[in-house]
Amino acid sequence: MPAVSKGDGMRGLAVFISDIRNCKSKEAEIKRINKELANIRSKFKGDKALDGYSKKKYVCKLLFIFLLGHDIDFGHMEAVNLLSSNKYTEKQIGYLFISVLVNSNSELIRLINNAIKNDLSSRNPTFMCLALHCIANVGSREMAEAFAGEIPRILVAGDTMDSVKQSAALCLLRLYKTSPDLVLMGEWTSRVVHLLNDQHMGVVTAAISLITCLSQKNPDEFKTCVSLAVSRLSRIVSSASTDLQDYTYYFVPAPWLSCKLLRLLQCYPPPEDGAVKGRLVECLETILNKAQEPPKSKKVQHSNAKNAILFEAISLIIHYDSEPNLLVRACNQLGQFLQHRETNLRYLALESMCTLASSEFSHEAVKTHIETVINALKTERDVSVRQRAADLLYAMCDRSNSKQIVAEMLSYLETADYSIREEMVLKVAVLAEKYAVDYSWYVDTILNLIRIAGDYVSEEVWYRVIQIVINRDDVQGYAAKTVFEALQAPACHENMVKVGGYILGEFGNLIAGDPRSSPLVQFNLLHSKFHLCSVPTRALLLSAYIKFINLFPETKSTIQEVLRSDSQIRNSDVELQQRAVEYLKLSSIASTDVLATVLEEMPPFPERESSILAKLKKKKGPGAVSVNELEEGKREGGELNGGGERGDSSAIAGSNASTPSPSADLLGLRTGPPVTAAAPSAGSLLVDVFSEAGVNDDGFLRDLEPPTESSDSLLAEGPGDSDSAPPSVVSEDPATPLPESNELLNKFVCKNNGVLFENQLLQIGIKSEYRQNLGRMYLFYGNKTSVQFITFTTTVTCPGELQSQLNVQSKTVEPLIEGGAQVQQVINIECLTDFSEAPLLNIKFRYGGALQNLTLKLPVTINKFFQPTEMASHDFFQRWKQLSLPQQEAQKIFKANHAMDTEVLKAKLLGLGMALLENVDPNPENFVCAGVIQTKAQQVGSLLRLEPNAQAQMYRLTVRSSKDTVSKRLCELLAEQF
Amino acid sequence: MIKFLLMVNKQGQTRLSKYYEQVELGKRAALEADVVRGCLARRKEECSFVEYKDYKLVYRQYAALLIVVGVTENENELSIYELVHNFVEVLDKYFSRVSELDIMFNLDKVHIILDEMILNGHIVETNKNRILAPLLALDKMTES
Repeated sequence: MPAVSKGDGMRGLAVFISDIRNCKSKEAEIKRINKELANIRSKFKGDKALDGYSKKKYVCKLLFIFLLGHDIDFGHMEAVNLLSSNKYTEKQIGYLFISVLVNSNSELIRLINNAIKNDLSSRNPTFMCLALHCIANVGSREMAEAFAGEIPRILVAGDTMDSVKQSAALCLLRLYKTSPDLVLMGEWTSRVVHLLNDQHMGVVTAAISLITCLSQKNPDEFKTCVSLAVSRLSRIVSSASTDLQDYTYYFVPAPWLSCKLLRLLQCYPPPEDGAVKGRLVECLETILNKAQEPPKSKKVQHSNAKNAILFEAISLIIHYDSEPNLLVRACNQLGQFLQHRETNLRYLALESMCTLASSEFSHEAVKTHIETVINALKTERDVSVRQRAADLLYAMCDRSNSKQIVAEMLSYLETADYSIREEMVLKVAVLAEKYAVDYSWYVDTILNLIRIAGDYVSEEVWYRVIQIVINRDDVQGYAAKTVFEALQAPACHENMVKVGGYILGEFGNLIAGDPRSSPLVQFNLLHSKFHLCSVPTRALLLSAYIKFINLFPETKSTIQEVLRSDSQIRNSDVELQQRAVEYLKLSSIASTDVLATVLEEMPPFPERESSILAKLKKKKGPGAVSVNELEEGKREGGELNGGGERGDSSAIAGSNASTPSPSADLLGLRTGPPVTAAAPSAGSLLVDVFSEAGVNDDGFLRDLEPPTESSDSLLAEGPGDSDSAPPSVVSEDPATPLPESNELLNKFVCKNNGVLFENQLLQIGIKSEYRQNLGRMYLFYGNKTSVQFITFTTTVTCPGELQSQLNVQSKTVEPLIEGGAQVQQVINIECLTDFSEAPLLNIKFRYGGALQNLTLKLPVTINKFFQPTEMASHDFFQRWKQLSLPQQEAQKIFKANHAMDTEVLKAKLLGLGMALLENVDPNPENFVCAGVIQTKAQQVGSLLRLEPNAQAQMYRLTVRSSKDTVSKRLCELLAEQF
Repeated sequence: MIKFLLMVNKQGQTRLSKYYEQVELGKRAALEADVVRGCLARRKEECSFVEYKDYKLVYRQYAALLIVVGVTENENELSIYELVHNFVEVLDKYFSRVSELDIMFNLDKVHIILDEMILNGHIVETNKNRILAPLLALDKMTES
């Protein structure tokens, strides 16, 4: 091998790379690169014609710069010129540049195609290979149009060199993938299949990729490849092949080729021809036998290459699923790997065994490894291996071992990695239901799930346990007893409270005979959790209470008293307030008969597929449920499966329905669009924003987090220190806002924090947070000078009708701000109904004797009170149609003010506060969003659609809301954002 | 199918990237950073295959240089793992003890080698001599 000098003579290139390496900072690097780019640009533009060598050098530099992540927007023409050079080195670098940098929609394609055409007809194999590589790399439609006829001819021509055939095969594959309509099957197809017989192993290796792809699309036309592949494989595996050339890798004959052959065979069912099949089975047996032989080399490369073939062979055996003998042998082999010291092998064995478990022939054999797999789940140090172990346990579970597996998975959950908990929970829930023989075990398991991993128990899981308890009367008493006991724990998860509330509300009577769980004890137990729960859970509990009144008349007065208390009947949350008022009224005026009818026990749910299975199915990965399994689940779990949809909506009793289906509650009282109120995601968002804001005051979160016991308390106790300060909101109109204040307002439509205003004296920063119809804003006034501001006062006013729409209260600020100091002001905001104007903030102070007076708009806009609503495409368009009154829609077509970057657009739409819905609009360029505006008076559902037109640099924005003023205002606000 | 191949050093600087599927330039940097962070964070005893979005990553580390291959679900992990080694052996043979510097200074040659081995996301050639043949021919022409 010739010694290669570093930089290979291209000194300029070497110097440049060294310079880059020596750059101490990213800035220095960028500076150096920009200098170089300028240099190259001037060289390319200069009058002096560059020689091939220089062009090559500069193109190499550009390649290097591109690799560092900088876009290269010139040099393409020079590269195209290099293509037509007669010098191989120059031509080569030209093609390299094109392959790496040019994408398929470049305008230069025509010129490139010309050069390719010349090289293809040059009959110089090196040039032909370069041209073919280029097509394989770029693979545009134009290239397909130009060469789709030519390449098959080159591929099968008798006089084509081997290396050219290889390139042509992959080149054709590329064209077939990008433009299948242009690659016409013809007499070449049969000859392509015969490339499997080609003398040259490299040609076979390349051709198989093409044949595999073609067979997947046209299995019948390529059927003959099966017997050819088998005979080729057989020759390699039995080492009968004398023409292995240099394709042996660490004593393993042609490992990559073998893998590809085995994969090609997986496109077809087992061969029908007995002889072919016999030969193939023999091959597979040989591969399995070889795994048992002592290794021919201690090198890991040897065993890896051998095992690569082995795993592919096992895949094929599983794919055929017809040879019990081979399946069991495969299973035993994998069993050995389960305890191998190589993590890679353990990982692959677990993964492969997962598919084996679903075969009826090997299911029992897989089960014998249960202890090893459980051990892996407990002791593996790599989370991805543990994940595979959990998948395998799930796959091997059946009636005989379900109790053991569920118990192991439950105990693993206590320490499981956060990343896999949710999936584990779903799996346990599915297994518990599928293999439940006695339902007390099922109920115990699910309650344990909630106890151990309550945060990861999704709605589907706890809806499901309620559905099943309601549908099976033999478990209801047990469920009531168990849930009652679980609620005794001082700190139990909110999901436990939900299940407890629901079950005791329905079946509390079944355990009321025991004085230890008398009706009042039950009620007190539930109510002791009430104050710690979120709004949806409280709503559910209120429904449980009214059910108690029906079940146990003796609790009536106690419960009525609770409902009557201010914290219920005057709760700031509309839903809770409505329930309290209505339940109270219902309990006092309705006769016992009416009560008994209205509050009757829930009827059984209709039989439907488990919603948990549906959810798990959505999760990807080998452990996910296959279609088979789903059907099996239906069959086996059929007797106990309760309904899905009814449960989904009614079981939640108006709790946080994330689906847009109308969420009827127990009594069907709830009206208005459903809201994702206080969903966990909203919670975590709040924490994020909070930590980012860095406001060092626990009171902020604490006040907002348990949503609004009563709105008064939130608005009254700010974290500010002055507690006797009178609210400084006045109603008279003070001054007109600064001319730029509208612009300043627009800056904050899609964000909550930032600098609101800055001049030479003063800087005003804002941090704000909103929840439901409430908001809190922190204003930071910074004195930028070295001189005191005195008599510093601020007033917030709501001009005109805004007074009745927004309730704004602010603390007074310190009248003195030292030079360089900052003071903080807290403003509490309550949205009473929708609004269009912004509150005004007037600031007055004296600086060096001169009175300063300025008025700004406070960035409180209607979208701040959005709650995002997730919904599926179907629901979106249904709702869209429902909002079809002309005044409900507002539309604007406007020119883009900023670059039309998808990510930026997404970020802005998310900042708006609505849910950005993926896969809803048939056109992926468009954005659709949904959300509900929370005001004290009502909730306003809004849908939005933004259609960018990149060519015209225009947008069309359409907003539909249940209220016309909201549509209009949202449209106005948003039109300024993009 | 192979979706991309990256050579990155321990500091996370990309030394070679080859995509077999169009990925926007802006997204490449993010993807590379993400992938490399994920692989470098793993300990020696952890397995060399990682699930990442829709891909599976197969990675192997040689001194300070990390090679990561992103493949589709159905690709044989071990064969890719050894393909990486074969690639490194070819580089080693050509550069006689390859180092990170060789790759930086001879980017074009590494690309030629890679193009001979993997085309369009599929393995085309595994025989070392045949992989190197075009490059050696090229060197001969440059010398004369």
